[in-house]
Amino acid sequence: MSQQSAASGAGAHPPREQWSGQLGFVLAAIGSAVGLGNIWRFPGVAYENGGGAFLVPYLVALLTAGIPILWLDYSLGHRFRGAAPTVFRRLRRGAEPLGWFQVAISCAITLYYTVIIAWAGSYMVFSFTEAWGDDPQTFLVSDYLQAADPGLSTQVVPQVLAALVITWLVAIGILALGVQKGVERANRIFIPLLLVMFLSLVVRAVTLEGAADGLNAFFTPHWEALADPGVWVAAYSQIFFSLSIAFGIMITFSSYLRRRANLTSTGLVVGFANSSFELLAGIGVFSAIGFMAAQSGIAIEDTSYQGILLAFVAFPQIISMMPAGPVFGVLFFGSLTLAGLTSLLSILQVVSAAFQEKLGISPRQAAVRIGAVAAVLSIALFSTTTALPLLDTVDAYVNEVGVLGSAVVMTILVGLGLRRLPELQAHLNARAGVHVGTWWRVLVGVIAPVALGYILVSGIVEFATVPYGEMPWSFVNTVGWGVIGLAVALALGMTFAPWRRSPDDFTPADLPARVLTRTGDVHGGSTTTRGEP
Amino acid sequence: MTTTALLFFALAVLLVWGGLVASILRLRADTRREAAEVAHHDPATPGAPR
Repeated sequence: MSQQSAASGAGAHPPREQWSGQLGFVLAAIGSAVGLGNIWRFPGVAYENGGGAFLVPYLVALLTAGIPILWLDYSLGHRFRGAAPTVFRRLRRGAEPLGWFQVAISCAITLYYTVIIAWAGSYMVFSFTEAWGDDPQTFLVSDYLQAADPGLSTQVVPQVLAALVITWLVAIGILALGVQKGVERANRIFIPLLLVMFLSLVVRAVTLEGAADGLNAFFTPHWEALADPGVWVAAYSQIFFSLSIAFGIMITFSSYLRRRANLTSTGLVVGFANSSFELLAGIGVFSAIGFMAAQSGIAIEDTSYQGILLAFVAFPQIISMMPAGPVFGVLFFGSLTLAGLTSLLSILQVVSAAFQEKLGISPRQAAVRIGAVAAVLSIALFSTTTALPLLDTVDAYVNEVGVLGSAVVMTILVGLGLRRLPELQAHLNARAGVHVGTWWRVLVGVIAPVALGYILVSGIVEFATVPYGEMPWSFVNTVGWGVIGLAVALALGMTFAPWRRSPDDFTPADLPARVLTRTGDVHGGSTTTRGEP
Repeated sequence: MTTTALLFFALAVLLVWGGLVASILRLRADTRREAAEVAHHDPATPGAPR
């Protein structure tokens, strides 16, 4: 109640920022979905989980969880016109903490995601001289990162610090320009550039000696894998983590769409574009790995084909082995940098938009203030000699507990708790696009929470029984559960902070009678929309 | 490449990139249809019913 009174009389909401059009939104959403995981995670996951046969659980996961949850995010953001905390508060006042939890998780991701982009940017420069020499692993661990044992060091690594500062300045600069002139314009430039660079890389990779062996390893199906539940879990995890769903990004992005926007067809484009890029990455990465195996005489299964080791150890080796390696290096690390940067912008926008609405500040004020705080924390934690184990642990807990937990709670809350799926289904169907039937409510309200809930519980059990990454228990528990605890505390704390302008003076737009009669009983709304923040 | 791997390469391309092309075409068709409807109902549009 006190929040309400504190907010009342604070003045009208300024007009909401908007994308210039559908294309701007689609490019920004693709930029968000296509990230580091598409390039360094998908190829390895597919190879380890059945090769060509992985296509089956992967497409099933895309169609039964990925795209349906993407549509849920779109309908929530577009109908309730706000960042995650505003949207969940408008859905039900008591649901606001879920929105802030998503913001807190996004905030945690930005802290370490920035440093990986900084590494990729540095390696793009290193590619010119192949600075890693004959031993890329020693170069990465000892020379570049100066990595220490797990812990919290205050010893700063100057070259990482410099790259991290530049990355933060670029990100804050783009964010400060706002949605249309900043995030959208950056994606209009970066996404086509990323596509051209990555396509050039793949064309070069598939023409290398040994590429066919790599592609054989990647595409040969192992049908027995389909009987393994772990393969299906891997497929749902890959789709879920890759699409940037359920932690506020797509809610925030869709809130900037004009009212008549097509939500469902747009979601299909974004979902398939993300998977198309992953497939392209698989072709490029495994062609390059096949080349490395042929040159060094080692088996493909004995190489590093996932994560930091793939990007910063295996690829430098490949670059050193090939003719015109520096060009290939610039294409690879340039692609990593651009893919990471476009995803980072979307995650930062979640945090920025939430604070703009809560504190009544402009995009520029939010970018500078929130960006400055995040940059200081990021630099303090991840430009030091303990960045590597810290990043690894925070990433695992934030994704496998934070993001998954958020998705499970969101689908159960919206579907079973508040029973708002009929209303959201009607909202999706009120616009042009693919018609969404009852099957969507079943997928979002039943299948998704069961599948994701199983992955969440499995992950928590593993965290509780095996120390993550064979690191000391004290370290992984303090850092991993500490981040989740801080996110919960921030969510509760921000919920109790007063709103500068009340988000409650809002009624969602009316739903056309033709849609209501098809969908059944829903919470309709009024003829006009009031109170957009 | 082996025939099996080549077959799955082609299948993956067909399903995933084919899905992308189909969804882009669907979005374009929706956008054109919607624009035509708006023009039909907007009196400011030349040729729209009054």
